[in-house]
Amino acid sequence: MFTDDAGKGGIAAGGPGNSAESNRRTGGDLVQLITPGGERVSHPEFDSWVQDVSDEQLGALYEDMVVIRRIDAEATALQRQGQLALWPPLLGQEASQIGSARALRDDDFVFPSYRDNGVAYCRGVNVEDIVRAWRGNALSGWDPFTVNVATQQIIIGSQTLHATGYAMGIQNDGADSVAVAYFGDGATSEGDVNEALVFAASFQAPVVFFCQNNHWAISEPVRLQSHIQIADRAAGFGIPSMRVDGNDVLAVMAAMRVALDRARHGGGPTFIEAVTYRMGPHTTADDPTRYRDANELEDWAAKDPISRLKSLLERKGLLTAEFEAAVSAKADAVAKALRAGTINMPEPQPLDIFRHVYSTSNSWLDRQQDHYSRYLASFGDPAEAASEEGAR
Amino acid sequence: MTQMTFARAINSGLRKSLENDPKVILMGEDIGALGGVFRVTDGLQKDFGRHRVVDTPLAESGIMGTAVGLAYRGYRPVVEIQFDGFIYPAFDQIVSQVAKMHYRTQGAVKMPITIRVPFGGGIGSPEHHSESPEAYFTHTSGLRVVSVSNPQDAHTMIQQAIACDDPVLYFEPKRRYHDKGDVDESLDLSAALSMEKARVVTEGKDVTLVAYGPLVKTAKDAALAAADEGVSVEVIDLRSLAPLDFVTLEASVRKTGRLVITHEAGQSGGLGAEVAASITERCFYHLEAAPVRVTGFDVPYPYSKLEMHHLPGLDRILDGVDRALGRPNSLSGLEG
Repeated sequence: MFTDDAGKGGIAAGGPGNSAESNRRTGGDLVQLITPGGERVSHPEFDSWVQDVSDEQLGALYEDMVVIRRIDAEATALQRQGQLALWPPLLGQEASQIGSARALRDDDFVFPSYRDNGVAYCRGVNVEDIVRAWRGNALSGWDPFTVNVATQQIIIGSQTLHATGYAMGIQNDGADSVAVAYFGDGATSEGDVNEALVFAASFQAPVVFFCQNNHWAISEPVRLQSHIQIADRAAGFGIPSMRVDGNDVLAVMAAMRVALDRARHGGGPTFIEAVTYRMGPHTTADDPTRYRDANELEDWAAKDPISRLKSLLERKGLLTAEFEAAVSAKADAVAKALRAGTINMPEPQPLDIFRHVYSTSNSWLDRQQDHYSRYLASFGDPAEAASEEGAR
Repeated sequence: MTQMTFARAINSGLRKSLENDPKVILMGEDIGALGGVFRVTDGLQKDFGRHRVVDTPLAESGIMGTAVGLAYRGYRPVVEIQFDGFIYPAFDQIVSQVAKMHYRTQGAVKMPITIRVPFGGGIGSPEHHSESPEAYFTHTSGLRVVSVSNPQDAHTMIQQAIACDDPVLYFEPKRRYHDKGDVDESLDLSAALSMEKARVVTEGKDVTLVAYGPLVKTAKDAALAAADEGVSVEVIDLRSLAPLDFVTLEASVRKTGRLVITHEAGQSGGLGAEVAASITERCFYHLEAAPVRVTGFDVPYPYSKLEMHHLPGLDRILDGVDRALGRPNSLSGLEG
């Protein structure tokens, strides 16, 4: 859209730095730069995209993954202790989220799903804001415009359209930032994701579709969702795609950089399938032992994204005791802040329920608020009245 | 004042909004070169370009969902849903995203999206082209819902809807698109009646007759006919369906003591039920009789050869007025 020659050109044009070959990449080509054993392997096309990643940056990626895994474990514990109502663990998906999010520029805009807490962390969201909605203290924890991350989406796949629309706005503004949609393999069955791919291709919008194929949509295996490799679906929309080892933080970063670069230079959308595995439950409310084989979990544990990078750091002589202690201290500090932030989170006030439904006053709602306010006042202390009400 | 059709009046309002605010973007199927299936956007793409008046792929959820993203980016999208019956694929984006984003983000993200919906029957269309889905949306918090009944309101209220920071569903009575009326295009928006207010169209003292959109004209005609029989009917055009202007409604019912509500949508759970219940709560001791609803039946919109039986016409409305007044009517002698 937004350009007067929209629709004239081919809809699958690749951006600079991307060969036609990569546009035709098939599901068989799983981009990998670090083996499960922690060996750095070279890739003719993708090496150049991460050659600037220094040892120090490699260490920082490791730290991010350790910290986000710790956040995940702490939040799970907080849920078990009744401090959070629910928690969607990302255990096993650390490389997909950290590798992709660390490739972004500050002015790029992310539209995440509920599980993309590692992405939120990388964008600078406060840890207690990450759990605020799961504690039930708000519907979302942060102002999207302070971190350029939309509120986490619970309706499956809805945010892929929001990212596409935002990207159309970027295009109209003549900016070179990029919108990124994060979603899972299950979302690709949704109509909205397919419509987002249509719109993105038609208007050549600067959007990256980042699909974490974690193999399970609650209890439904990915084979029930897609008869072919998910990345291969993009070709049908005229969108170039990549299939990348989602447990390899460097490969994910390389793929994301390729896609972002394409979008920034007018090359349109890209679809990335990060092949990973959700090692925990869908949320703390379900029990994966009821629907999946223990052997499968074991197979994937051997491809763990953190131990893989740890092995690489070890091979490179970067895993010093001092470094490990620093990472551990950081994880401890973040976990402590998360716990304290959760437990000390201020309770919302009863009349907050009426706030922000509309941007300006609404006569119906004003009346209901007034009535409820009088009702609460009839008990004396409104907070006390609300808790008595709840106890009935 | 200029005489123009309803459709032209909306077109002129859209044009002014496009001129006044570069962040206004029109989106929809066939709205560009064709000018929309009802020609409401006629000529706008030619004058404002394809980046302001966007022909979209044929996907309603896609149109609505990308509008959400554009609103995130600071735009004010005006979305055209081609026909009432095509809005359902976009329902999730409207009620789960558009309506809730401001609440969800505690006011950080505004959704100034206007959703134009040609609605209602009476034009002999096939299935899915004549529906009245407004109650689905009046039931959803976070949305504002309006319906226009005359070219002047059509012209000003589309601009008010676009300027509003909340999402607005703007229901256009398609069978009135070709009706002509006076439009003051120079009317300043701040001087115009707020789109949240109802309007007393015809003053009367015996019964309050509430209508909106396509049936306002029918209600006016009914009031004229009733006057011939010596009955004084006060006709109110709701204009805003959510929120409802109970101040105007209450004042009228306190005066007349009787209430008739009419709409094309089916009766059960419709807007008439809300008006009747709320007015009963608020004006119980002023009512001389139970509120009466004259509505479409609780049937899927029928094939067009039967639609005039489904749609409330002048005689059915007058029969409702007779019921409210306790005069002989079609239900005389029956309980309830």
